[in-house]
Amino acid sequence: MPSVSMTVNGKQVSGTVEPRTLLVQFIRENLHLTGTHVGCDTSQCGACVVHVDGASVKSCAMLAIEADGSTVTTIEGLAGDGDVLHPMQEAFRDNHGLQCGFCTPGMVMSAIDLVNNNPAPSEHEIRDWLEGNICRCTGYHNIVKSITAGAAAMKGQKAAAE
Amino acid sequence: MSATGIGASVKRKEDFRFLTGRGNYTDDINQPNQTYAYILRSPHAHAKIKGIDTAAAKSASGVVAVFTGEDMQVGSIPCGWGVNNKDGSPMNEPFHPALAQGKVRHVGDQVAVVIAETYSQAKDAAELIEVDYEELPAVTNSEKAIAPGAPLVHDDAAPNNMCYDWELGDEAEVDAEFKNAAHVVSIDLTNNRLVPNAMEPRAAIGDYNKGTGEYTLYTTSQNPHVIRLLMGAFVLQLPEHKLRVVAPDVGGGFGSKIYHYAEEAIVTWAAGKVRRPIKWTAERSESFLSDAHGRDHISHADLALDKDGKFLGLKVYTKANMGAYLSTFSTCVPTYLYATLLAGVYTTPKIYVNVKAIFTNTVPVDAYRGAGRPEATYLLERLVTKAAKQLGMDQVAIRQKNFIPADAFPYQTPVALQYDSGNYEATLKKAMELSKWDEFPQRKAEAAKRGKLRGIGISTYLEACGIAPSAVVGSLGARAGLFESANVRVHPTGSVSIYTGSHSHGQGHETTFAQLVSETLGIPLENINIEHGDTNRIAFGMGTYGSRSLAVGGEAIMKALGKVVDKASKIAAHLMEASVEDVEFKDGKFTVAGTDKEVDFGTVALTAYVPHNYPHETLEPGLEENAFYDPMNFTYPGGCHICEVEIDPDTGTTQIVGMTAVDDVGRVINPMIVEGQIHGGLAQGIGQALLESCEYDDSGQLTSGSYMDYCMPRADNLPNFMATTESTLCAHNSLGVKGCGEVGAIGSPPAVINAVLDALHELGVEDISMPATPQKIWQAIQAASMPAAAE
Repeated sequence: MPSVSMTVNGKQVSGTVEPRTLLVQFIRENLHLTGTHVGCDTSQCGACVVHVDGASVKSCAMLAIEADGSTVTTIEGLAGDGDVLHPMQEAFRDNHGLQCGFCTPGMVMSAIDLVNNNPAPSEHEIRDWLEGNICRCTGYHNIVKSITAGAAAMKGQKAAAE
Repeated sequence: MSATGIGASVKRKEDFRFLTGRGNYTDDINQPNQTYAYILRSPHAHAKIKGIDTAAAKSASGVVAVFTGEDMQVGSIPCGWGVNNKDGSPMNEPFHPALAQGKVRHVGDQVAVVIAETYSQAKDAAELIEVDYEELPAVTNSEKAIAPGAPLVHDDAAPNNMCYDWELGDEAEVDAEFKNAAHVVSIDLTNNRLVPNAMEPRAAIGDYNKGTGEYTLYTTSQNPHVIRLLMGAFVLQLPEHKLRVVAPDVGGGFGSKIYHYAEEAIVTWAAGKVRRPIKWTAERSESFLSDAHGRDHISHADLALDKDGKFLGLKVYTKANMGAYLSTFSTCVPTYLYATLLAGVYTTPKIYVNVKAIFTNTVPVDAYRGAGRPEATYLLERLVTKAAKQLGMDQVAIRQKNFIPADAFPYQTPVALQYDSGNYEATLKKAMELSKWDEFPQRKAEAAKRGKLRGIGISTYLEACGIAPSAVVGSLGARAGLFESANVRVHPTGSVSIYTGSHSHGQGHETTFAQLVSETLGIPLENINIEHGDTNRIAFGMGTYGSRSLAVGGEAIMKALGKVVDKASKIAAHLMEASVEDVEFKDGKFTVAGTDKEVDFGTVALTAYVPHNYPHETLEPGLEENAFYDPMNFTYPGGCHICEVEIDPDTGTTQIVGMTAVDDVGRVINPMIVEGQIHGGLAQGIGQALLESCEYDDSGQLTSGSYMDYCMPRADNLPNFMATTESTLCAHNSLGVKGCGEVGAIGSPPAVINAVLDALHELGVEDISMPATPQKIWQAIQAASMPAAAE
């Protein structure tokens, strides 16, 4: 079986996988990072979104061996081991942008990628961007609010850092 | 109002773990030495199984065991509610096997289970199982299923595919009203079959402890105690003390995770055989083929009115598709959760309802958000709007003319329910204000300039939830009680754990219930923990569905808290050397009236567990209380939903440009959470009205079996919502709460379709079925604009 190694949430990891092993399986089953979820089998729902080399990727649509040598961030890597949430996580909490929590990791990872590329997205741009993330609980109203607030908070954090 | 008590929009306690990827869903759990199961499912809608050859699969790499229905001879998966026919005879209730016994009855029916060291090995080995099927003709539509000569899903066990032919009311009495009627308005409707589609696919882990003989099932359930009861007592014959059912974090349910599913029994039973833990997780394709579906009614209704538009009588005839087997709540959904709701918010004096429940070669149907009440509301609110058009009346005026007045409560309907409270004028008025109803004509004219057809639709609805008074439902055929239990454990340092039989799968109980405790005991939220979802930790529970968690589960907590305060007051009286009658408890402090004596809750808790100075002759040490609460009546949320749409006549595309919901959900504990629940319900209601439909072809193949084919609402399909509450208090529970989980999905579909039809009215389109897709709307526009065909 091929071996893969990559940096996940800042740590160097490696393992042997079947060639057909998906990145999401490697993350959940080999690394036991179960925050990344599987909600469908047609790459539609977006519950499995992670960042690979800085861009959002549906980890069910990528083989683990394709991510060999990459830098991967999962939902567990955003806040690290501390209690301080990423501004986007905090915005979802403040705006009740989650209910059952199952789509949430993918939503948050997807939202951060949107804001990294478009620091102040309009409501229309947010709704358009979320085409690949399905939520059954919230009706998206509060997710859109969360992302708008999260974008503003990320901008504030960036400004403060500069 | 305290910052953490009743009425505060407290941020949710559960969010931190969900936002940081530290939730604990069933598929996140792994047991040492765990194996994996793959369920081989029927590719045919209806077939005899002439033989199954599992030899090759059994010898495949990594395979631990393969079992078929021949191996798994266990009890029938039970239905939770018996419904009688018109003539008083019991319904037909065919055997419901966990693994097929000689016949498969829908695509996705369980045929065999392969257990292997890895999931891939189990799935690969399943390919090697040879099943010799003799295909039979299939039927998926309920009307076709009761036509003469239709294929029989259960052969002699359900002649004519009939589960029951049930009625409510006196048909002759209602017919008499129709004779005196100035107008009769009729409608034929289909309430489209839906797939609930909780985002977490179902999963189950079975485990058997050789040392103790105990079984454990981890499962994606809304009601672990109910699963323990149904699976333990009926399917596997395991007593409660040898069976633990855990429903950890569950990623949405919407009714589809009430049902005791075959896979739960399969992994539990098989774990006892292979003596190792077995994990099964559904792929989404399997979810479509095996999760209970919702709705699927075909109805005809007639409304009799006097010359002024006052309703005189209503007759409703409904065919309800049960699917191939009876799920847990399937039978009560189109009867006691549907027919009893057909008075709606109106004073209609005479109502007759006939419901035929019918077996077909489709996935079993069960409760889905609203369960029966959306079907009743859709029928009634379409019919009322149609009546307004037919009589040339205003669609608001006809409703107001027939509203049950605010001073008429308690109000006895002709269809068994007694409404305790409500104010339909108030929710209507507020919704009309918020939606700027009166200025609609200007908006319509402006839209017309842009080539768009603008329409407005309304629904004034009511539902019955807070399920349910046990004695009432028992007399109607429920095979269990529908009370709830709670345990309040005060720890020595004054922190509190609540053990509730309700189950949270997105509703935010850990926050709302903690607010009840914070309000009652005056302690901060961080000192309160809400525990749920484990039959070994929680005394008993009936779970979460029918918007019952707060109105029934919350009341049980309040009752147990009351007992804690009573006992704590006695301890405080002892400490303050006062009479208990003089002790007051407020904001976490016990005081004695007219003195400066004071002792805080934490001190009392410590005294209860370190009883050195304690009234031992009258009180036991410790501070922990149980309560069971059985409601006196259902609760009756209601309200008004108003939808405004713009349709592009060139493409048939509908855009929702306004969605206003004003709901009376009783007292609101956490407005943020309540609004979120309403948003979610609205999204599912709009999904049903415009996007979602579960479709079978004539051979019984599911043609909408993935997210590529089944149109789940996406963010860009939905508007921002204007959702708020305008409440009257429930008259028969201490909190005055009614329930908010389902209202959004109940009130909204007719508001959306009435808006679509209002927009299309000028083109001559008078009917459209759900989901009103662009294709359907475009075709309706084309058909209406064609000159009538030459005779």
